[in-house]
Amino acid sequence: MPRSFKNEKDPWIQMLEIKNLHACVEDNEILKGVNLTIKAGEVHSIMGPNGSGKSTLAQVLAGRDTYEVTQGEILFKGKNILDMEPNERACEGMFLAFQYPVEIPGVGTAYFLRAALNAVRKHRGQEELDAADFLEYVKDKMSVVDMDAKLLQRSVNEGFSGGEKKRSEIFQMAVLEPSMAILDETDSGLDIDALKIVADGVNSMRNPERSFLVITHYQRLLNYIVPDYVHVLIDGRIVRSGGKELALELEEKGYSHINAPMAGSTA
Amino acid sequence: MPLEQSTKNMIQSNEQPASESELTIDQWQSQEYKYGFTTDIESETFPPGLDEDVIHKISAIKNEPDWLLQWRLKAYRHWLTMTEPKWHNIHYTPIDYQKISYYSAPKSDKDRPKSLDEVDPILLETYEKLGIPLQERAILAGVAVDAVFDSVSVATTFKAKLAEVGVIFCPFSEAVTEHPELVKKYLGSVVPYSDNFFATLNSAVFTDGSFVYIPKGVKCPMELSTYFRINAASTGQFERTLIIADAGSEVSYLEGCTAPMRDEHQLHAAVVELVAFDDARIKYSTVQNWYPGDKDGKGGIFNFVTKRGKCAGRSSHISWTQVETGSAITWKYPSCILLGDNSVGEFYSVALTNNHQQADTGTKMIHIGKNTRSTVISKGISAGFGQNTYRGLIKINKGAENARNYTQCDSMLIGDKCGAHTFPYIEVKNSTAQMEHEASTSKIGEDQMFYCNQRGINTEDAVSMIVNGFCKKVFRQLPMEFAVEAQKLLEVSLEGSVG
Amino acid sequence: MIELMQEQDTYSAVFARMETETLDGGPEALLSLRKDAMQHFEELGFPTTKDEQWLYTNVSAIAKTTFCPATRPDVAVDAATLERESFAGCGFHRLVFVNGFFASELSDTTELDDKVTVISLTDALKQQPDTVMAHLAQYADYKTHAFAALNTAFMEDGAFIHVPKGVVVDKPIQLLFITVPNNETSNEPIVVHPRVLIITGESSQVTVLESYVGLGEQVYFTNAVTEIALGENAVIDHYKVQRESTKAYHIATMQLNQQRASNGASHVTSLGGDIVRNNINVVLDGEGCNCNLSGLYIPRGKQHVDNHLLVDHAKAHCDSREFFKGILDDDAHAVFTGKIIVRKDAQKTDGKQTNRNLLLSDSARVDTNPQLEIFANDVKCTHGATIGQLDDDALFYLKTRGIETEAARSLLIYAFASEILDEIKIEAVREQVNNILLDRLPQGDRFRGFKGLQ
Repeated sequence: MPRSFKNEKDPWIQMLEIKNLHACVEDNEILKGVNLTIKAGEVHSIMGPNGSGKSTLAQVLAGRDTYEVTQGEILFKGKNILDMEPNERACEGMFLAFQYPVEIPGVGTAYFLRAALNAVRKHRGQEELDAADFLEYVKDKMSVVDMDAKLLQRSVNEGFSGGEKKRSEIFQMAVLEPSMAILDETDSGLDIDALKIVADGVNSMRNPERSFLVITHYQRLLNYIVPDYVHVLIDGRIVRSGGKELALELEEKGYSHINAPMAGSTA
Repeated sequence: MPLEQSTKNMIQSNEQPASESELTIDQWQSQEYKYGFTTDIESETFPPGLDEDVIHKISAIKNEPDWLLQWRLKAYRHWLTMTEPKWHNIHYTPIDYQKISYYSAPKSDKDRPKSLDEVDPILLETYEKLGIPLQERAILAGVAVDAVFDSVSVATTFKAKLAEVGVIFCPFSEAVTEHPELVKKYLGSVVPYSDNFFATLNSAVFTDGSFVYIPKGVKCPMELSTYFRINAASTGQFERTLIIADAGSEVSYLEGCTAPMRDEHQLHAAVVELVAFDDARIKYSTVQNWYPGDKDGKGGIFNFVTKRGKCAGRSSHISWTQVETGSAITWKYPSCILLGDNSVGEFYSVALTNNHQQADTGTKMIHIGKNTRSTVISKGISAGFGQNTYRGLIKINKGAENARNYTQCDSMLIGDKCGAHTFPYIEVKNSTAQMEHEASTSKIGEDQMFYCNQRGINTEDAVSMIVNGFCKKVFRQLPMEFAVEAQKLLEVSLEGSVG
Repeated sequence: MIELMQEQDTYSAVFARMETETLDGGPEALLSLRKDAMQHFEELGFPTTKDEQWLYTNVSAIAKTTFCPATRPDVAVDAATLERESFAGCGFHRLVFVNGFFASELSDTTELDDKVTVISLTDALKQQPDTVMAHLAQYADYKTHAFAALNTAFMEDGAFIHVPKGVVVDKPIQLLFITVPNNETSNEPIVVHPRVLIITGESSQVTVLESYVGLGEQVYFTNAVTEIALGENAVIDHYKVQRESTKAYHIATMQLNQQRASNGASHVTSLGGDIVRNNINVVLDGEGCNCNLSGLYIPRGKQHVDNHLLVDHAKAHCDSREFFKGILDDDAHAVFTGKIIVRKDAQKTDGKQTNRNLLLSDSARVDTNPQLEIFANDVKCTHGATIGQLDDDALFYLKTRGIETEAARSLLIYAFASEILDEIKIEAVREQVNNILLDRLPQGDRFRGFKGLQ
């Protein structure tokens, strides 16, 4: 995997820098000083037990206002994004594959995605696509996750099975071509076949200019999407970082083992 | 509160010139009821109060024949024995029926305008403000308009052109004098004078409205349209509409409603009767945007309306479409009596309640004939402190072999202080009936907004996308230009309710 | 009341006798569990139609019949029957039970992954009593459900399946329950209480098929209980194909408890039985669960089929779907009760119920009863029910295209059913049900091999 991609012309070789990030919801601090740097082209995985703050981190990165950032900063391609709206961050190239994708009845997936793509393209100074061009454009992308074209005609996520929802998230990612993709438990609730499709989709999109933050609850996913780094998030802090072998250690010994000796330390 | 927080964030971000978001929640909230102007014209208005004398006077002004006066009086006397219904899920301060003026007409009515040129220019200006396609725009849009201002019809366009094919489209009072035999035959034939408290009151005091007759085999060459407007203070509006579609005919009829902003509540109690004979089709669409009252629930129209259609003939077809965004209180159940074999009744509704608005609306489909079919699609949207109730009755009578009904009834909640309620009543007395009922309640909120935002779509686009998606099945039933209007109306009515 | 007492007394007497003779083999805890269950059954008695949960299903025929406990039968199951019923050639792992007793000579689990346990409950109680007792009767509620209590008191044998963490079982595991007359000469009604316990670990995946087959046309009573404890992120596809004798009574309880992000599916096909009741209870006890319940019932004659579903959304972000279809002929009676409970904390619940019925005769009857009980404020729940007859317009249309009445009717019935057949993901099982349906349809042969009608 391209770990140390270097490009002198590329000003944002540091794709994402999270510095001492604190966030709370209703006076309850959930993130208690997260530090994490992701370089362009890297795949990082965050694991951790229930309630450790994994999903909160994903939502804060995408700009969810339920959470209040009380300290720290988030630099995305060198820019501080804390004051940006979620749609501005999206236009800058931040993508979040939701743990629970939201249904929007009556709004066709194709219509929705074209609105999204055109918002992003407009921001990038590209021409907006009309319906015909758009359909041409997404045709290839559908094969990435083995998507049925019928799904495009259905309302966004409405009546999708669990697996279809997750696949649709990866499909949307393929369409929007983000530079930073955050996958929030995209593997949860999938059977083995769907898991492989999702993982293949992600792997096919790995390239030196795109980074991934893969949040998962279950080690199994990392057999299919092999990360460059694994971080353990416990109680709002990254308590340990390592290579992919860390995931196997976790699998074997559990989080309690990690927590006890390492408490208080940061990556 | 996350919602408030987001509002704040939006405002702040808007202060930065580089910001992407152009329309802020703040700006939305500052937009108010767009149709809330009053018109300063001379009116002849009765003093408030109701007794037999008032009814005599209304009848006299309109030069009505004695049978109609007697009918009104019969209704009035019956009304005195009735009490206001209480079964509905709406709450309001009692209406003092003696404080309402039962007649108000622009002075110029004394010598009615013979053509549009004679209509008071200030009135025309009012309609301009309302965006009614009364003149050129009307011609462009191909819409024939009967405009009802307070209690009387002021102008009917395209009368001549319609007359060529035999279509009668005129103010109700004109029909009483010009076509008494039709009025006498059908008035009260669908909604009898004793039907319910508000319909009975209307029968006693109705002042004007529209009358439509489509002769046998005629397909009405254009959309017919009525705009209602309540202008004078302390007046009630009691119009009555009667549409008769003779065998094999077809008509599409639209009504729009607005009223000025006033602090006190105003009563609107209308009656609409439709009759469709063999193979006739009537499509009746309403875009109701009466003044809903202010943010604290002060003022606004009390809208108690009885609308009913009779599919009298074989294979006749009546379709109701309504977009209800106005009024402090909406109380209406456009219904179909499916008498003729193979007749079809439809009801498509979007009802929106924001701030302190309340709606109790739905339909009744009464299946009497064989192979009768009905479809009910209801979409309720509640925001602010709004309360939205769907109340529907599907009744399959004993002789209604192979009757079919499909009901879909969805509610959307915006925010957590509003309410949605569903009361479906189903009475089936014939075992061959096929009934299908679907219901859902969902909440639009931060989740959907955040999802759209995360994909790069801004808040303004996201709201209209989500709401229009929800209402799609109903908007599809409206004629094109009104579908656009309805969409805009919803967006305006919802402003400030989503963060 | 006196009559009811007598009905229970029969079971009490049998229990008292068995307690000393046969039931004392297992762990001590098991015996006290049985006693407790028996006590609850004695208190509960058989349900009557006055009971809200049994409003449309009258089990007095079961209560009044004196069933004797099944004994290990001396009638052999012939090779041809076994081959047909066990989908020979498909490589399913299987346990076979005859009259409730485990028949090891008919079973085959040789191809199973070593990490997976598929053994009879009796063996499991001997080999790993602690694991079994930690789960047995922990899910299926015998304290308020008479039939579950009866099973718990009398369960003789059954299946125990354990799939550990991360293991994906390649082929379906079939549990084949065959009922034959107690012996060749006797036609005495017997009762069997099969018990199934399935435990799955995190991120595991398994498909289980329960087949119930009655050989012959005798009266008997199957009172089954299946408990499934589905681990985090685990997947189970559970199928039941019920082809009891048309004189048999089949009362079954399936209790599925799901942990976080798990995926549970159950599909029930009801073909046989005189009185049939499927209780399907699901508790979604972790966030992000998916639950998919579906079923097809095709009663005819005087058959009575009752599907009674309860999905309890205890945690947020869970989706559940109930999709049942019935085709009723003659004097058949079907009941569907689908209840969704959404607990206070179960925000973002998405629940959907659909029940569609096709009546082929004027005397067939359906009572369908979708229910929602919602205590959370941010949920989406829908329910839809239809009861209808074949569409005259569609029939007429097909006829104008040259298809004769009988074939046109069959085509429409088949089209109605095919949507639910598609829910069966095991091809061999789908074929089996498909063929049974086609056998019943006039000119059904014409549609054999048709694919993609919907």
